[in-house]
Amino acid sequence: MHAFLQTPLGVVILTLAEALALLVPLLMGVAYLTYAERKVLAAIQMRRGPNVVGPFGLFQPFADAIKMVMKETIIPTGANRLLFLMAPMLTFALAMIAWAVIPVNDGWAIANINVGVLYLFAISSLGVYGVIIAGWASNSKYAFLGALRSAAQMVSYEVSMGFIMVTVLICVGSLNLNDIVMAQRTVWFCVPLFPMFIMFFISTLAETNRSPFDLPEGESEIVAGFFVEYSAMSFALFFLGEYANMILMSAMTTILFLGGWLAPFGLEPFTWIPGPIWFIAKVMVVLFGFLWVRATFPRYRYDQLMRLGWKVFLPLSLGYLVLVAGVLLVMGWLPHVA
Amino acid sequence: MIAALAFYVFAAILLVSAGMVVSARNPVHSVLFLILAFFNAAALFLLAGAEFLAMILVIVYVGAVAVLFLFVVMMLDINFAQLREGFQRYLPVGATIGVVLLAELVVVLGGWRFAPEATSLRFAPTQAGLHNTAQLGRLIYTDYILLFQASGLILLVAMIGAIVLTLRDKGASRRQSIARQVARGPADTLVMVDVRSGAGVGEIGILRPLVDEPEPAGDAHAGHDHAGHGHGGHH
Repeated sequence: MHAFLQTPLGVVILTLAEALALLVPLLMGVAYLTYAERKVLAAIQMRRGPNVVGPFGLFQPFADAIKMVMKETIIPTGANRLLFLMAPMLTFALAMIAWAVIPVNDGWAIANINVGVLYLFAISSLGVYGVIIAGWASNSKYAFLGALRSAAQMVSYEVSMGFIMVTVLICVGSLNLNDIVMAQRTVWFCVPLFPMFIMFFISTLAETNRSPFDLPEGESEIVAGFFVEYSAMSFALFFLGEYANMILMSAMTTILFLGGWLAPFGLEPFTWIPGPIWFIAKVMVVLFGFLWVRATFPRYRYDQLMRLGWKVFLPLSLGYLVLVAGVLLVMGWLPHVA
Repeated sequence: MIAALAFYVFAAILLVSAGMVVSARNPVHSVLFLILAFFNAAALFLLAGAEFLAMILVIVYVGAVAVLFLFVVMMLDINFAQLREGFQRYLPVGATIGVVLLAELVVVLGGWRFAPEATSLRFAPTQAGLHNTAQLGRLIYTDYILLFQASGLILLVAMIGAIVLTLRDKGASRRQSIARQVARGPADTLVMVDVRSGAGVGEIGILRPLVDEPEPAGDAHAGHDHAGHGHGGHH
């Protein structure tokens, strides 16, 4: 068996099995994130939330999925058919392939590559294409306006996100995600880099077009923004992609700042719980933050969003990067580069 | 074998999409083919073992530059008939230049060989035992730091130049001062008055606005004449 897994065919089969083992729980997670969002929002607003389908409404995601599949996909007459259908697939596929490098335990990544952080950054910076292509191919003003907003917003917040990641990388001395988590054995990076942690979380909200930065789909001004013209499965793919991106960004926050799969402080009773459970628990805490923010804050105005990104986050993250680099250099704490 | 196959697949897609960039009718399709070409170039970098360059290519060109391209091209109002007319008029000149360039390339590349001692004469030899990200970092930030800083400065000057050229603030735009908004408390804006019923507030000498917002330094004198500000200001 072990010898077979070394052959090319064996490697292909093994990789496919690994991908399935990751994607099936991920898609279940996406389905139940939509349920959790409705339940959490309902609890915060003192409502019940979905409670009809199954016990506590637990089968609601499946009812929604079946509804989406049964509906008719409508393609507007003026739309560019190929690109119109490609955009949701692109969004969904990008949200999935980023997971190839996420380690859920020591060495448990499908691809443990040297430039893992850059790969994640590259994939997340591609997310804007799904939105912008959808907006253009729909041939509708609202969709186009939503796409333009989204493009400007995602490009703006990527800049400060990049600086925040560089700050973490300086403390680690490696671009490998596994190394980043292992560097947090003594202390999680959310403690020494606390301001960066908060800024990173806010930037991920903007990057995933979540409330309070959900201007690309601002329903009070531009109906639903870039996916106005989408229906049935093509809409569902956008929806799934958005939620998968939320989980991805939470996983990134967990890896960069919350010590990935490591138990808190490496203390005895905590270390009995296996790493993947810690990882999932931390991701869920960050996701709860996403939902909590959505229930709490009103939507930003567009100029305020741009001001926050360029005039507040960019100088702050750049300044903190210089500060961290200076402190590490002066104290001689720079990690040794292999 | 698989690597060679992958190389030919990526190279073929790269060439075809590069061709489509210039031949596609719709400019938006051209930009999308350009993005596909970038992707395949990144994949070729990966196959060559230069994973850092591959990722940077995707992040910088696909993630930022091409987004702005797409942004601009989607907003353009292009008259296709006019474009074709120009195409026919300039075809002879363009074709001549193209043929000359092609001939030159063939002449140069036809006689091109790697010098046998080229590897040992390399300007920046790679060190064993370092992966390519660390090698690039050492090269750029340690050996060539001054040149790198100089190129950064040139880019900074270009950026400032572009901003100065396009900035058209005639002083009419209103700005939000968040610090001032946050610092303002109820005591600065609210006055509690007893008003005789049916009389209105004019009788006790209050006109809108109740109290002027503390203006920035230059406007400090304006706070004294309430009557002159009866139109409500810009709150």
